[in-house]
Amino acid sequence: MFRIDRRTLQNFDWVTFTTVLAISVIGIMTVFSATRQPGVEAQSPLFIKQAVWLVIGLLGLVVFVSFDYIWLSRISLPAYITGVVLLAVVLVMGKTGMGAQRWISLGPIAFQPSEFFKLIFIVMLSQYLSFLRSPVNIGMLLKAFFIIVFLPFVMLVKQPDLGTAIVVLIIFFSMMLAKGLGRKAVAMIVLIGLVSLPFLGNIMWTGLKDYQKNRLIAFIDPQADPSGIGYHINQSKVAVGSGEFFGKGFLHGTQGPFRFLPERHTDFIFAVFAEEWGFFGSVCLLSLYLMLILRGLDTFRKAKDDFGRMLAAGITFMFCTYFFVNVGMTLGIMPVVGIPLPFMSYGGTALLSNFISAGVLINIRTRRFSLFY
Amino acid sequence: MLTEKNGEKVRLIGYVIIAGFLILLIRLWQLQVLQGAEYRKVSESNRLRVIGVPAPRGIIFDRNGIPLVKNIPYFCASLIPGEFDEHLVAGLAQLLGMKEEEVEEKITGTRESPFSPVRLKEGLTFKEVNYIEARRSDFPGLMIEIEASRGYLFGKTGAHLIGYLGRMTPAQAKNPEFRDVPPDAFIGQWGVEKLYDKWLRGTAGQKVIEVDALGREIRLLKENPPVKGSDLTLSLDIALESAAEKAFDGRPGALVAMQPDTGEILGYVSSPSFDPNMFAKGINRDEWESLSGDKNLPMLNRAIQSQYPPGSTFKIVMAIAGLEAGVIDGQTKVDCKGGISFGKWHFGCWRKGGHGLVSLHRALVESCDVYFYEVGKRLGIDRIYDYATRFGLGRPTGIPLGAERKGLIPNTRWKLEARKAPWYLGETFVNSIGQGYVSATPVQMAEMMSAVANGGSVYRPLLLKGSKPVLLRNAGVKPSTLDEVKAALKGVVNEPSGTGWVAKSGVTTIGGKTGTAQVVGIRKESKYLSEKHRDHAWFVAFAPVEKPDIAMSVLVEHGGHGGSTAAPIAKKAIEAYMLPLEKKKELIDVQN
Repeated sequence: MFRIDRRTLQNFDWVTFTTVLAISVIGIMTVFSATRQPGVEAQSPLFIKQAVWLVIGLLGLVVFVSFDYIWLSRISLPAYITGVVLLAVVLVMGKTGMGAQRWISLGPIAFQPSEFFKLIFIVMLSQYLSFLRSPVNIGMLLKAFFIIVFLPFVMLVKQPDLGTAIVVLIIFFSMMLAKGLGRKAVAMIVLIGLVSLPFLGNIMWTGLKDYQKNRLIAFIDPQADPSGIGYHINQSKVAVGSGEFFGKGFLHGTQGPFRFLPERHTDFIFAVFAEEWGFFGSVCLLSLYLMLILRGLDTFRKAKDDFGRMLAAGITFMFCTYFFVNVGMTLGIMPVVGIPLPFMSYGGTALLSNFISAGVLINIRTRRFSLFY
Repeated sequence: MLTEKNGEKVRLIGYVIIAGFLILLIRLWQLQVLQGAEYRKVSESNRLRVIGVPAPRGIIFDRNGIPLVKNIPYFCASLIPGEFDEHLVAGLAQLLGMKEEEVEEKITGTRESPFSPVRLKEGLTFKEVNYIEARRSDFPGLMIEIEASRGYLFGKTGAHLIGYLGRMTPAQAKNPEFRDVPPDAFIGQWGVEKLYDKWLRGTAGQKVIEVDALGREIRLLKENPPVKGSDLTLSLDIALESAAEKAFDGRPGALVAMQPDTGEILGYVSSPSFDPNMFAKGINRDEWESLSGDKNLPMLNRAIQSQYPPGSTFKIVMAIAGLEAGVIDGQTKVDCKGGISFGKWHFGCWRKGGHGLVSLHRALVESCDVYFYEVGKRLGIDRIYDYATRFGLGRPTGIPLGAERKGLIPNTRWKLEARKAPWYLGETFVNSIGQGYVSATPVQMAEMMSAVANGGSVYRPLLLKGSKPVLLRNAGVKPSTLDEVKAALKGVVNEPSGTGWVAKSGVTTIGGKTGTAQVVGIRKESKYLSEKHRDHAWFVAFAPVEKPDIAMSVLVEHGGHGGSTAAPIAKKAIEAYMLPLEKKKELIDVQN
């Protein structure tokens, strides 16, 4: 199973590896800056924790590069079932954080099954799709949806982890697109979407929790109440904007450490970075993400088999979704959906799961030449 | 072919992603470059808080260096609405001991930015401050603001002169004079506090601190320390003031004491008085209503704002005028039969039985009315006017304590213009004994007495010790005239038959003149009259007669006879003034 031979090293995807490592190191620096406590001797240990998780993440990455990704297709079903069960467990006895149950405590470690579930879901869907003929018609699409997506989606909404639920939905449709949808199917999706939008909107709205509604209102009109629901968005824009072209300099940001910016080391970490490094630094950072995504797309194109293609597409779309939604939210052009910025935001489970995902991407690219195997 | 199609699809997806990336870049450019400077400003004001540090106000001392005021901190509970969590309103209201709606109204009622503090409760006690401080961390945005206010060490004593601090009025806030004063600061609103506000005020300092979103101070960035206001030494003698205030015992009236040679005000009582501490701690509605609704008008500045007929104290002026005009001399005698008849009118002397044959000296000592009817007749009202105004009567003294009334000294022209009627001799009789049209404020009478005592120099009343005297005019009367009159005034107090014998002092020789000013037209025995119809009691005095160091006027509204009511007050005030300094300080210590 484990094959780290010369060829593996030779074909190793150093670009993806270097990119995610660079982003993670920047992330730890930014976590440090965001959580530093001005005027206090003792500094927050969060960045150290994050560094430890980085090391664990790197190990995870190495593990997931070391075996042929084909193995993943073989464990996809049991992994998927385990994932769904864990989600159910969270629903029943999860630990509440931020008004939502997302955590499971295992002794001293608390982890979020939904973080790993995304990857498990992608593997399962890739496995399922690799058996389908392309283009996929509407019947096949609905079947896939109800078999693989529906149950976990409902559970995620129930948690509620709306962010992950939406990401799962987006990943599903984009992987369908990547697989290739028939014209009819595309037309049907658009039609069903348009027809059901008012109903769906209504159901969604009444089903939303107050804080979720507030976020949507605040997105539409952040100035409505600068101290209330629009506060996050405004403070985030102030942080980003006040960075100007060259930024205030590392450790010279004020919005984060002085707590004007909520969720400063998690969902809004990009604002902290943008404040300190300015437009120039932000463009560099965003370029790293662009590189990661385009490289992932290239892996999708070059993968040796359909399973690998689907897997690469799913992971890339996942990164892509997180990236755009998070940065868009920080810049005030997307609603505040509580999802982190991959490799940057503080959070051990997410970092590990992202490194494993990156490992899988690297794995697919490294083993793209079918001839050798 | 499949890979070909796949490649096309990937390229398409790539373009979409790059397009999204460009949108992010454009947005970044907009926020950071186009609007960057603006956001930088917002982030600075987010982080920096400018706190005004009130300047300690200058201390006001009496002429002997006894402090009359002290600076005390004035605590206010304020809230930054932008940092507050509205769910905590109930708890906050409970903490401050306020009604929930009241707190909510104040929070939502502000028109300032949500990050500028709103005053919720003012004038907190130390105990309240401690209580709030201990629980402050539960209420983000709550803070204690400190301002400087005043404690008036002698309370009511001298309140009309010293004045008090109060909040700036909206009109004052627009006045450029108060440009540098923080809008919430206390400023002088009355008396010396108002008059010398600029001098006492000092310059408020500033502290620029870095705060976090909870309003907690992270560190001090910049500090402009406040500059203490300058101290002020009044000419007022607080020992005299206290003694006088006590002697009035709340009866309506006024006392003004001056130093004859300089015009410095030594005592200034307007009774009843008020407690300026009420204003300095922020007067509440009930207190204000009870103060302004008091029938004895404690807020009325009687020493300058009430004018009364001077009664027999006016005879001082009459005597001087008669002597100077040459219509009488020391030997001139008039036979007092208890009154004179003029046509169908009868003008009585206060002593019904008459004084018999009296000279000027006895006429003053025993306050014979008939004598002065004769002097008035010989002088005529216009000459009386001339001499009275030479001593400052009939025009404002210029004491800078507010709107001052100028009293009235009539003459024929005035009668013609104001009353459209000629002057009658009968009116001369009435005015000759300080009744009728004649009226004066207590400060005018003190100024007159002072000029008589010092040889004829009319000085403007001054409030600060060591001020350069302001000579308003010289009465231009012969020293011999004044000596003769002063000798008679000494007799008023020191001779057995003198009307002011009550004021006779073992400490110093007092000279003075009693006055009983009619309130109603017909003179009756005062004890049968209800209080509001009773005569006003006057006493003007100076001491020591040989080398006058103090001159004063005392008025007790509806006090009855000047000799029995006003004279004792003057005596006590003068004796307090004459006390040695250590004794004064001792007395003050006992009082505090």
